[in-house]
Amino acid sequence: QGTRDHAPAQAALRERLLSAVVSCFKRHGAAAIDTPVLELRETLVGKYGEGAKLIYELKDQGGELLALRYDLTVPFARYLAMNKITKMKRYHVAKVYRRDNPATTRGRYREFYQCDFDIAGQFDPMIPDAECLKIVHEILSDLQLGDFVIKVNDRRILNGVLAVCGVPESQFIPACCTMDKLDKVSTGLMGRHFWSWDGCLRLGSVVAVLVEKSGRYDGLVGMFDAKGRKVPCVGVSIGIERIFSILEQRLEASGQKLRTTETQVLVATPQKHLLAARMKLISELWDAGIKAEMMYKKDPKLLKQLQYCEDTGIPLAAIVGEQELADGVVKLRDVATRKEVRM
Amino acid sequence: MAEEAAVRAQAETVRRLKQDKADADEIAKEVAKLLEMKAQLGTDEGKHKFVLKTPKGTRDFGPKEMAIRERAFKAIISCFKRHGAEVIDTPVFELKETLTGKYGEDSKLIYDLKDQGGELLSLRYDLTVPFARYLAMNKITNIKRYHIAKVYRRDNPAMTRGRYREFYQCDFDIAGQFDPMIPDAECLKIVHEILSDLQLGDFVIKVNDRRILDGMFAVCGVPDSKFRTICSSVDKLDKVPWEEVRSEMVGEKGLSPEAADRIGEYVQLHGGLDLIEQLLQDPKLSQNKVAKEGLGDMKLLFEYLTLFGITGKISFDLSLARGLDYYTGVIFEAVLLQQDNEHLEEPLSVGSVAGGGRYDGLVGMFDAKGRKVPCVGVSIGIERIFSILEQRLEASEEKIRTTETQVLVASAQKKLLEERLKLISELWDAGIKAEMLYKKNPKLLNQLQYCEETGIPLVAIVGEQELKDGVVKLRIVATREEVNVRRESLVEEIRIRTSQC
Repeated sequence: QGTRDHAPAQAALRERLLSAVVSCFKRHGAAAIDTPVLELRETLVGKYGEGAKLIYELKDQGGELLALRYDLTVPFARYLAMNKITKMKRYHVAKVYRRDNPATTRGRYREFYQCDFDIAGQFDPMIPDAECLKIVHEILSDLQLGDFVIKVNDRRILNGVLAVCGVPESQFIPACCTMDKLDKVSTGLMGRHFWSWDGCLRLGSVVAVLVEKSGRYDGLVGMFDAKGRKVPCVGVSIGIERIFSILEQRLEASGQKLRTTETQVLVATPQKHLLAARMKLISELWDAGIKAEMMYKKDPKLLKQLQYCEDTGIPLAAIVGEQELADGVVKLRDVATRKEVRM
Repeated sequence: MAEEAAVRAQAETVRRLKQDKADADEIAKEVAKLLEMKAQLGTDEGKHKFVLKTPKGTRDFGPKEMAIRERAFKAIISCFKRHGAEVIDTPVFELKETLTGKYGEDSKLIYDLKDQGGELLSLRYDLTVPFARYLAMNKITNIKRYHIAKVYRRDNPAMTRGRYREFYQCDFDIAGQFDPMIPDAECLKIVHEILSDLQLGDFVIKVNDRRILDGMFAVCGVPDSKFRTICSSVDKLDKVPWEEVRSEMVGEKGLSPEAADRIGEYVQLHGGLDLIEQLLQDPKLSQNKVAKEGLGDMKLLFEYLTLFGITGKISFDLSLARGLDYYTGVIFEAVLLQQDNEHLEEPLSVGSVAGGGRYDGLVGMFDAKGRKVPCVGVSIGIERIFSILEQRLEASEEKIRTTETQVLVASAQKKLLEERLKLISELWDAGIKAEMLYKKNPKLLNQLQYCEETGIPLVAIVGEQELKDGVVKLRIVATREEVNVRRESLVEEIRIRTSQC
C-alpha cells in the first residue's frame, strides 16, 4: 500500500529525471555517497520531532533495534560525525521511507526518492548558500517545468518578527508550525516538513510548482559529535516524486511514447532454418558494442520481426536471408522509411 | 527537553524561596531536589550519547567507493542495454505473505517490519521473487528486464569476506514462452560479456541442469523424498571436499553408502559437448526420462553457445547444484579462477561472481489461476566485484577521482569574489563542470593545491589585469602551462581541452 512498482515506461522516465538532477549536482563538483537503508533506531530517535511517529521500524528479531531511514539528512550528519569530516560537498540520491497515509494525488508515497545536495563546512558566509539556490534554479530550468519562484526566508528573521509581535519565546516553535501550514491552506501545495531544532537557521523554500525543501541546519551535526563540535551545513532536497508526477502527466497528455530500451538494430531472418546465421551475426554485433536484439524463435516470420521493431522503436533491422548469406552481405533496413541497403 | 524545563522550573522555585527568605529546611529540601534533577539530567545525556555506527552488516559508501561502484554499474548496465533489456524497480518491502514459503530454510533470515497497524511487511530477500510477483500482478507474459537494487538478509555478516546484511543484487531475466534454450544462451552470453568487460581475470561458467541432477539422483538410488536435501549437500562441493560431502550425505542425511559412491562417480565429471554425448550414451542415464530431456537441452545449449563464440569459458559440470529450490532447468555459476590477494581469501573460497538458471514454476505460484510464465535469469555478484575492484585499485596506486569537475574558477588577488561568481555562473550555464573555493579572498596556492588533491585538470584564473584585457588565464594543472583565452572563447577552449583527456 502506498508503494508502487515502476514499470519500464515509468522507470525509463524516472531514469531520465534522476540523471538530469545528478548531472547538475556533478556540474557543481559534488561527490556521491550512499548510506544503508537501515539505521539504528537510536540514530533516528529525537531528530524528527513530530515526524518521528512516521518512521518505519523493524520488528525486534533479537538483535539491534532498527528502522528505515526517514530522510537523507540525518544519515549524512551521522556519516560526517563517524568519519570526523569537517568539509564536504556531497549529493545523495536514494529512497526514503515514511509511514504517512499516502495522498496519492499529491504524489506522496510511502517509499520515495530524495535527491539531496549538501555543503558541510565552515566557509565565508552565504557563498555555499547561494550555490544551493543556483542549483535549484538550474534543475528547475533544465527540467522545463514552467515558471517557478524560490521563496527564501531566514529563521533568525522569523524569530525576530515573532518577538517584536509579542510572541513568547516558548511559543516560537508552535507558531512556526502553524505558519508552515499557511502554504497548505492558501495555495494547496504541500507544506515544508518542520524540523524542531532549536536555534536552527533555516531558509524556507517552496517552489511554485512542486515541493522543495532546503535549509541550513547548523545544529544537527553537533547533536552527533561527542565533543559537540558543530559542522555547519546547508543543503537542498529536491522533491523528485512531485516532479515525476508532473512529467508523467505531461507525457501522457502529449501522447508521446518514451522508448524503454535503447536497442539500435534487430537481427532478423526471413526464411526458415536460419537461426544459426542470426545468432552468429548478433554475436558479432554485441562483441562490437552494438545494441542488438533478435526474436527467441527458431523460424520467426519477417513481418512479426518488423512489427516488433515498430512496437518498441528499434530504428534498424539487419536482415540476413538465404540470398544474402550466399552473397556474403546483410540487408540493412531503415524501419521508419522502409529503405533497404545491402552491405 | 522536558527535563531541562523542569530543572529550570525547580531552579526558579529555589531562587524564589531564597528571595522570600523561606524556611531554611524547605530551601534545603528544594535545593537537594534540584541537585538530584541536575544529576539525573546529566545521566540522561549520558544515555543519549550513543555509539555512532551503521547497523551490523551494513556499510556507508563514501565517495571513493561510489566512484568504483559507478564504474562497475556502468559496465554492467551498458551490457544489459546492449541486449535490449528494460529496467523495472519494485519497493524495498513486500507483503510478508509474498515472501513466505519461497526461500526454504533461508526464510528465517528475512527482516520483518514491526507490526505498526497495517499490512505485515518484510524487506525483500532477493529480486527474483518480487519479479515473479510483478509479472503475476500485471499479467505480463513476456519481458526482458534488469533490476539493480539492494536486498536484505539477517545472515551472519562477514564483512571482510564481503558478506553483508544489506547488499546489492544485479539481476537480468527473460520471461516468456520461447523456443528452447535461446534465451538461456543469451543469459550466458551476457555473463561472459560482463565478466570480460570488467577485466576481472580468467573465469569459467559452470553449467548443469536440474533435470540432469534429478535423473542422476534417481539412477544412483536416491529416494525421491531426499532429492532436495541431497542436492543441497552436492551444492557444497565447491567449498568442501568430496569426502566431507559424502559423509554428510551418509551420516546426516541417511543416504546409503552405495548411492553416495555412485553419485561420487558422476559429480567428478566436467567437460563440453563430448561429455554430453558420452552421458547421452550412458546406459543408466539414457534410460531416465528427465535426465535425457536435460541432456538434450544441454546439447542444444552448447550448440548455441558455440555460435555465440563463448564455449571456451563454459564447463558442463555435474557437481553444480545451486541452493535455491525454484530452479527447474538449466543452472549456471560463474567463478573467477585466480585471486590476486590470496592471503585475504579462504583457501577453498568461492570465487563466485554470478549465478542463475531457469525457473519455470515461480510465477505460477503467484498467479491466481496458477498460470505459468517460464523464466530464465542471472544474478551478478556485484558486491564481490566491488571488493575485487577496490582491492585492485589499492594495489595499483591509481588515484580514482570522486568528482568530475573540469575547471576550478580561481582568483589571484583580493576582492575578486564577485568576478569569480560571475564567471563560474557563466560556465555552469554552459554546462561546464566547475567549482570555486567558498572564500572571499583565497590564496592562489591553496586553490591550485585543491586542484591537485581532487584531480581537477584546469584552472580559470581571474585577475585584475586579465579583466581589463577581457581575457581569462587558463592554467593546465598537470603541465603548469598557462594561456590567455578570450572570455567569449573560454567555454569552447575548456570543452576542447577536456575532451582530449
